[in-house]
Amino acid sequence: MTYLSRLIVALSVVMAFGLIAPQVQAQVNPTQSSVNEDAMFQALGGDSAVVSGRVTIPDRGAGTLISPDNKAWAALQGRTLHTLSIWAVIGMVALLTVFYLIRGKIRVDSGLSGRTILRFNWIERFAHWTLASTFIILALTGLNLIIGKSVILPIFGEAAFGTLSAYGKIAHNYLAWPFMASLVMIVLLWIIHNIPDKVDLVWIKQAGGLLKKGVHPPARKFNAGQKFIFWAVVIGGAGLSYTGIMMLFPAEAGAQADWQFYQIVHALIAAALSAIVIAHIYIGSVGMEGAFDAMGSGEVDENWAKEHHSLWVEEVKATQKRNTTQVTTPAE
Amino acid sequence: MARMKFLCDADRCIECQACVTACKNEHEVPWGINRRRVVTINDGLPGERSVSMACMHCTDAPCAEVCPVACFYTTDDGVVLHNKDTCIGCGYCSYACPFGAPQYPQTANFGTRGKMDKCTYCSGGPEPDMSQAEYVKYGANRLAEGKLPLCAEMCSTKALLAGDGDIIADIYRERVVTRGYGSGAWGWRTAYGDTVTV
Repeated sequence: MTYLSRLIVALSVVMAFGLIAPQVQAQVNPTQSSVNEDAMFQALGGDSAVVSGRVTIPDRGAGTLISPDNKAWAALQGRTLHTLSIWAVIGMVALLTVFYLIRGKIRVDSGLSGRTILRFNWIERFAHWTLASTFIILALTGLNLIIGKSVILPIFGEAAFGTLSAYGKIAHNYLAWPFMASLVMIVLLWIIHNIPDKVDLVWIKQAGGLLKKGVHPPARKFNAGQKFIFWAVVIGGAGLSYTGIMMLFPAEAGAQADWQFYQIVHALIAAALSAIVIAHIYIGSVGMEGAFDAMGSGEVDENWAKEHHSLWVEEVKATQKRNTTQVTTPAE
Repeated sequence: MARMKFLCDADRCIECQACVTACKNEHEVPWGINRRRVVTINDGLPGERSVSMACMHCTDAPCAEVCPVACFYTTDDGVVLHNKDTCIGCGYCSYACPFGAPQYPQTANFGTRGKMDKCTYCSGGPEPDMSQAEYVKYGANRLAEGKLPLCAEMCSTKALLAGDGDIIADIYRERVVTRGYGSGAWGWRTAYGDTVTV
């Protein structure tokens, strides 16, 4: 084949493709190959995907177009947590009522001695009552946000309930800070008395003598039950504080899903801790004779102390004796 | 009664932002609040699409589910509205909404949220229709005047459709059949449980 004939063949091949090629391209409509909602969701990972794009406004977060997972959180918050919170409170109150009907008020078996012994000094009582009063308001206003619409709204009507909840929100946001401050105080004051030890095992084995009259397992300043309350409040309170701060400052929390996670954890801890604290309030007031004085005047009856905190009484007596000996012994 | 819905035909939207501007102007929406916005997906890539998005007025609205003070209500037209007198500005609805509709004015220090504001489907709030009190809180009530939302009414390419869900779905379906393609009724599956199938 000559050079010329090769060139002709080559040119004709190029021309043939050159004529066909534009026709093939012309059949593709560029606007057809656009993003498609269903395909996009599948590509991004199904229903839990988040479709987002670009916006021309400064709020970059507005670029999130569709996040179907928010509905899952809505169902959890609106229904599951609502039911759970109601049952946490009702369940504990019912349990305590049954306990009261069976066991009655726990009396001081050996009767009141009339002599008192200092159990909590003023700073311990101040920390306790700051924590207690803020917790109660926080618990009630928090509970109102979850179950108020089905419990309080029907009684007060929408307008009054809205006003009440608005003040409740403000109270919740601001009282969180003294709550956290007193939580730190409680830790500093009492952590040394709340380290679990062998004495607690005996106490737990005998169920603290709560179920049977006349049973009084030994205990130091705090028995195993009180240690449980302490750690529940400290750990639960710390969890509430952390998640609460994240909810107060959503920009710190991160994405929406992170905030939703913090909200669920916050509500779950709150429900559990509220139930525990209801039991704590019960045993510290109507449930046990002589118990309230510990946090009321700070002075408890000696017989009460001997029954519930035998080792602690011995420690206090020993310290007192040592102190008096030191004072009465004249200097040589 | 009609079941009012929005449908944005992304194959027609030219991202002109006129719907956003119309909404802000019609309702005197405060600075920083966007009841409607246009989001561009795959921006700068071949086949990018823009979607105009506002409150979709969901069936079983998740915002209403989480609202601690139950300030949401659904009208006979299927429009999801809320009562600003009851709203406590907790922000829960913004975390429940799949479309980022709820907006909040900053009212006090530390970015404290004010009462929530969102698209009303141009149908005001619980106050008497077309009253001054209603206009101040929620903006114009075009539905009460027998008109559709302004964003859709003045859309230059008729990309944004508003009206009875069945009717606008039919319009969209016809368009898809005629031109041979469609990127879908964005948000419908999430808001109403079912998308527009052709």
